[in-house]
Amino acid sequence: MTAFVATTTGVYPLPDWAKDALADLKGHQRGGLVSGDEGAEVTDVYDRARAEVVDLQRDAGLDRVVEGQLRWDDMLAHPLAVHDNVETGGIVRYYDNNNFYRDVRVVDELTADGDVAADLAALADLDVVPEARQAVLPGPYSLADLATDAHYGGEGDFLEAVAEFLAGEVAALPEVATLFLLEPSLVTAADGVDDAATAAIDRVADATDADVVVHTYWGALDEAVYGRLLDAAVDGVGHDFVHGREGSLELLAEHGSHDQLAVGAVAGRNSRVESPAEIRDAAEAAVERVGAVETVYLTPNTELCYLPVGRFEAKLRALAETAQTTEVTA
Amino acid sequence: MTDTREQFRPPDHPHDHFLLTTVVGSYPKPKWLNRARELVADEDSKFTEAHFAEAKDDAARLVTGEHERCGLDVVVDGEMRRNEMVEYFFRRIDGCEFPGRVKVWGHNYFDKPAVVDEVSCSEPWLVDEYEFTAGVATRPVKVPITGPYTLARWSFDEAYGSTEALAHDLADLVNEEIDRLVAAGARYIQIDEPALATTPDDHALVGECLERIAADVPEDVRLGLHVCYGDYSRIYPEMLEFPVHEFDLELANGDYEQIDVFTEPEFTKDLALGVVDVHDAEVESVARIKANILQGLRVVPPERLTVSPDCGLKLLPREVAYEKMANMVQAAREVEAELDAGEVDVGRVSASAD
Repeated sequence: MTAFVATTTGVYPLPDWAKDALADLKGHQRGGLVSGDEGAEVTDVYDRARAEVVDLQRDAGLDRVVEGQLRWDDMLAHPLAVHDNVETGGIVRYYDNNNFYRDVRVVDELTADGDVAADLAALADLDVVPEARQAVLPGPYSLADLATDAHYGGEGDFLEAVAEFLAGEVAALPEVATLFLLEPSLVTAADGVDDAATAAIDRVADATDADVVVHTYWGALDEAVYGRLLDAAVDGVGHDFVHGREGSLELLAEHGSHDQLAVGAVAGRNSRVESPAEIRDAAEAAVERVGAVETVYLTPNTELCYLPVGRFEAKLRALAETAQTTEVTA
Repeated sequence: MTDTREQFRPPDHPHDHFLLTTVVGSYPKPKWLNRARELVADEDSKFTEAHFAEAKDDAARLVTGEHERCGLDVVVDGEMRRNEMVEYFFRRIDGCEFPGRVKVWGHNYFDKPAVVDEVSCSEPWLVDEYEFTAGVATRPVKVPITGPYTLARWSFDEAYGSTEALAHDLADLVNEEIDRLVAAGARYIQIDEPALATTPDDHALVGECLERIAADVPEDVRLGLHVCYGDYSRIYPEMLEFPVHEFDLELANGDYEQIDVFTEPEFTKDLALGVVDVHDAEVESVARIKANILQGLRVVPPERLTVSPDCGLKLLPREVAYEKMANMVQAAREVEAELDAGEVDVGRVSASAD
C-alpha cells in the first residue's frame, strides 16, 4: 500500500501585509535582516504571519504542516545567519537565482542555539498535532556549501561541525512526524559528495525519531550521489520532477527507492499552477518505476519563497487535492 | 566591424587619446520624484497623471544635466521613467500579467511578471524617453534596454514552457523597439543581460537572441552588452562571438580579481570597464580610479576602452553617485593626458606576459 502525503518544502513567501510591515520595521538594507534577537514588534509580525500560513495549510488540507520559515531572510543559510559565532557579510547570489543572501562566515565554534526549535514550538501553540507536524532544515552538505569557514580550517572538519550543529538543532525540536532536510547542493555541487557528505546526513538524521527525507533539487541527482543516498540512514529521498523528471525516473527505475520518497512535482520557481492531474501523473510515474513504497510525499520541487502569494496558495491547494483524490495503490 | 566609437568624441575633447566616459544607466531618483509616484497612486490626492508626467520630464532633464556637469561624454537620463528593469518592459508587453510581488533579497521585492500567452507589443517602450533626453542633452545619449534573455529568465513562464522560445519571441520585440529607436536617431544602444551571469551555460541562447536583434541594426549604431556579478570565465571567450561592439562589465566590485580572464585569448571587442563600485557609498579617489582604468588597459588598447561604473547607480545616495562620476571623468581625462605624454606603460598582458 502506498500512501500519498501532501506536504511542502517550507521557506514560504511572506503574506503581502507582512512584507510591508517588516520592510517598515526592518528597512531595506542588509543590516536590518534577522539576527536572532528581533524586538517585540518584529516578533509579533512573524507570529501573526506564521499563524496565517498554518491556517492556510490546514484549510487547504495538507497532510503535514510546516511553520513556514518566514524568518529565513537568508533562505537555507538562515540557521547560521542568526548564530552568534557567525558573521554576516555582503550579499551573494543564491544558487542560480536572481535572489541573494548574506554571506555567512563561521568565525568560532558552532554550538546548537535552538533557533529553529523555537519557531517550530509555535506549531504546538497553534494546536497542530504532532502527527501533522513537519520540520524543515537545510541539510548539512548544502549549509556547509552556502557558508564560508573561517574557523575550522578544513572542508571535512567544517562539514562535520555543521552536521553536529544541525543535529543539535534537530535534537531540540518538539515532536514532529517528518523532517525534510533540503539538500539542493547535492545536485549543484555533486562533485564534492563523498563518504563524509553522507556521514554528515546520517549524523543529522540520527538525532530524531521522525521520518527523515533528504530533499534535492535544481535538477536530477547524479547517479553516484543517489547511490550514496540509498545507503544513508534516512527514510526517503526527494527528487526534482520539475527540472529533472526524466533523470529522476531513470534513477528510480535503475536503483529503486527507500520505503519513502518525495516527488517534487510542483514548481517552486514558476507561477503556473499545476493541476492535480499533472501532479498525480508525476507521482504515478515514480511509483511505476519503484513498485509499491510505503509513502510518496507530494511536494514542490524547491522552497516556495520565489512565488507571489496568490499562486503559492493555489499550489498548496493543488497538492492537497491531489493527495485526497489519488487512490492508495496496492 | 565598423568603428562606431569615434562619433562620440566631443568636438572640444582636450586630448589625442579618448577614453569614452559614460554610465550604465540608472541613477538615484530625486526624492520628490518618488513622492510624486506615491501621490499619483493616492486616490485622495489631486495629483494627476499629467502632473506625474511633468515630474518625470523634470527628473529626466535634471539628471541628464547632472551627467553633463560631471563631464560624461555620453549621457543617459538615469532611467527616471523606469521603476524596475524587467517590470517596466512587461508593463508594455501584451500576453502577461502581474500576479504579485516576489522577493529579491531581504525585504526588497519586485512585481514579477508572468507570461500567460504569446507575447506581443503594440506601443513603443523607450522612444519617448530617448527623444526627450536627446532633446534636452548637449552630449550624445545612450539608451539602455533590458535584453530578451533577462526578460525571459526573470519573468514567470506560464505559457511557453521553454526559455528559448520565450527569449526568441522577446528578442523580436526588442528588435522592433531598437528599430524604432534607431529611426528616432539613437546611435548608442546598450542591451542589459545580467541574467547571463546567473546561468552562464545559456550563452549560446543569448548569442542567438543578439543575432536576431543585431541583424537589422545599421553599421554606425553602436551596440553594447552589459553583464554583471557573475563568473566571467564561464562565458569567456564564447561571448566574443556575440554581434556587439562593446562589453560593459562589472569588475571594480571584485577588485579586478577576474580581469585576467579577458587576457587570454585576446579580447577582440571594445571593453567598457567598471571602475567604481556601485554597492559601496565610499567615493573612490581619482588616484584609485586611475589605477582601475590601467587594469582595463591590460586588456584593450586605449582606443577600445570605455570607462563606466560597475552597474546602475540607483541605490547610492545621489550626491555620492555624482561625486563618483565626477571623479571617474577626471581620472579618465588625467589618464588620457598621461597617455598623450607617453607616461603610461600600456602593458597589455597578451603582449608582455610576465
